[in-house]
Amino acid sequence: MRLVILDDYDLASEWAAKYIRNRIVQFKPTADRYFTLGLPTGSTPLGCYRKLIEYHKNGDLSFKYVKTFNMDEYVGLPRDHPESYHSYMWNNFFKHIDIEPQNTHILDGNASDLQAECAAFEQQITAAGGIELFVGGIGPDGHIAFNEPGSSLVSRTRVKTLAKDTIVANARFFGNDLSKVPTMTLTVGVGTVMDAREVMILITGAHKAFALYKAIEEGVNHMWTVSAFQQHPRTIFVCDEDATLELRVKTVKYFKGTISTKILSSNFFSTLIIIKNMLLEHQISIFE
Amino acid sequence: MPSNKSVSDAPITQFVSCRILKDHRLQWEDLWVREGKILNPEKLFFDEEGFADHKVDCGNKIIAPGFIDVQINGGYGIDFSQASGDIRRGVAQVAKKILEHGVTSFCPTLVTSPPDIYHKVQSVHLSLPFISIHLEGPFISEQKRGAHPPKFLRTFKAGGVADLMETYGHLDNVALVTLAPELANSAAAIRELSGRGIVVSLGHSMADLSQAEEAVQNGAIFITHLFNAMLPFHHRDPGIVGLLTSDRIPPGRMVYYGMIADGIHTHPAALRIAHRAHPAGLVLVTDAVTAMGLPPGQHSLGQQQIDIQGLHAYVAGTTTLSGSIATMDMCVRHFREVSGCTVEAALEAASLHPAQLLGVSNRKGTLEFGTDADFIVLDDTLTVRETYIAGQQVWRK
Repeated sequence: MRLVILDDYDLASEWAAKYIRNRIVQFKPTADRYFTLGLPTGSTPLGCYRKLIEYHKNGDLSFKYVKTFNMDEYVGLPRDHPESYHSYMWNNFFKHIDIEPQNTHILDGNASDLQAECAAFEQQITAAGGIELFVGGIGPDGHIAFNEPGSSLVSRTRVKTLAKDTIVANARFFGNDLSKVPTMTLTVGVGTVMDAREVMILITGAHKAFALYKAIEEGVNHMWTVSAFQQHPRTIFVCDEDATLELRVKTVKYFKGTISTKILSSNFFSTLIIIKNMLLEHQISIFE
Repeated sequence: MPSNKSVSDAPITQFVSCRILKDHRLQWEDLWVREGKILNPEKLFFDEEGFADHKVDCGNKIIAPGFIDVQINGGYGIDFSQASGDIRRGVAQVAKKILEHGVTSFCPTLVTSPPDIYHKVQSVHLSLPFISIHLEGPFISEQKRGAHPPKFLRTFKAGGVADLMETYGHLDNVALVTLAPELANSAAAIRELSGRGIVVSLGHSMADLSQAEEAVQNGAIFITHLFNAMLPFHHRDPGIVGLLTSDRIPPGRMVYYGMIADGIHTHPAALRIAHRAHPAGLVLVTDAVTAMGLPPGQHSLGQQQIDIQGLHAYVAGTTTLSGSIATMDMCVRHFREVSGCTVEAALEAASLHPAQLLGVSNRKGTLEFGTDADFIVLDDTLTVRETYIAGQQVWRK
């Protein structure tokens, strides 16, 4: 895992956008070989989308040969509802770039057969050759997409009921009226995202700090589904300083590349003392 | 990029690099048009997987709905009330010229005239899109007739259908009727007209506020050129002007008022008072006369002669104003300048509000998806640069 820490939200968004841009450009996508990109929604990636649009308008990035797959969509919400993820993607991304409509894929929360819709989505990903880079976010409860705590770490695209916390968190988008918030979604599974060749998770803000801690400093646990990516060969976590607030200083310094030899050497001696004390406690001596 | 033809073969045009007037704000959004209507690009993207066939770069200019003028008596030598010669051609000629002022829909206005004029004009089928008539008179007050010829004024004998039909012939093509509510038996006429979906407007009247309020309760919803040809505002009887802040308007109803913002018919301070008292009801009108667009001199209006001097038009031989020769875009600019209102408010006073008044805001006066693509391109000085009707460019500067 790579943990990239930027000073603030804007820098984190820019770093992530540049990474996506460079990956697409270096891939050199063509009509025979599309770049497949998995995309998130929510407030965290907005800055990243803005930057990507900027790169497109500057002529540095074209989405003509890019296929996108979104992570999730609400069930039962009209497609043109301002809070639907279709609306989100159109207003915040698609309408500003040169992507072709048939190359975008978003789950249809109004399909008559939701199970079939989920299965079809998995097939579309397979048909497109798998996802090259899946960009995601993290919920305050450590969820990726709508894989709420308790979701199987090998799950596939399916219908999910939302956790109470998530519904409450979403209420602000529905006039703070809990009865108007959708209670079910279609979401890619943890397994679906794990299948991607590369995963990039965006995490910004102090309210996500505890989830980040659980995701990378504790074990793989279905209560914090993002932790599954500890077992993915190629993951990047992009965050701002605030998101690192619950991490060990050691972790942050390690990933910032700021551990000096002085600290390393003092670590060595303090480790020796700890071992000696342990041995003394257990009446074992190796220094006799 | 190929355009998907699943729903329609018609070409799609996308206007880019523009600010459009939507949701009462100027927003940096593209405007999409297909088959003469404003298209929803999100639906096009997700439902049809379609694209634009043509892109038009608007050079960062403003796109607003086309202006709607509900009071215009003629122009460029054409006098709608004269009804001589080919009426359809006259209306079409004016319609074409006022595109330059950004007006895409209007109500040709007939001032007080003898019944045979009404019958003659009404018998002509005006096939042009959305052009219905404003009948200003003859059921108006003698003292407040302004430029209207006194010998053709009428009163209601019994009110109701009989009087109206006898005078006007039929009412199929009529959008508005201006009358004076203090005339006896007017209530029945007001109810009859508003029952038919015709806007009843109070004007050229000596009515006090309670008479005006009663008229509103019977269905009147407009005031013809506020302040002009009515009793002036008085603090113990505000007269018709008092409707702007009346508390006896039926709930759910709104009273609109026409303002001639040419700098001559209304003092800027009066315009500001009205605007601040009731901004949502302000409807810009030109009340333009035959001479609009013509050089100074003597011309005819209705059954009378008028005299043009600069930007003023008088009843020949008097100092009575006889309608204005300002153009709608001049009125919009002047209104914005003297009231200090936002660009959006100024544009809406000439587009959205008249459409709401006429009950056609689901088709005209806005840039909402599915409405008619009648719009104008303006620069930041609010000068009209291009005019489009049904998505086709019909004039450019």
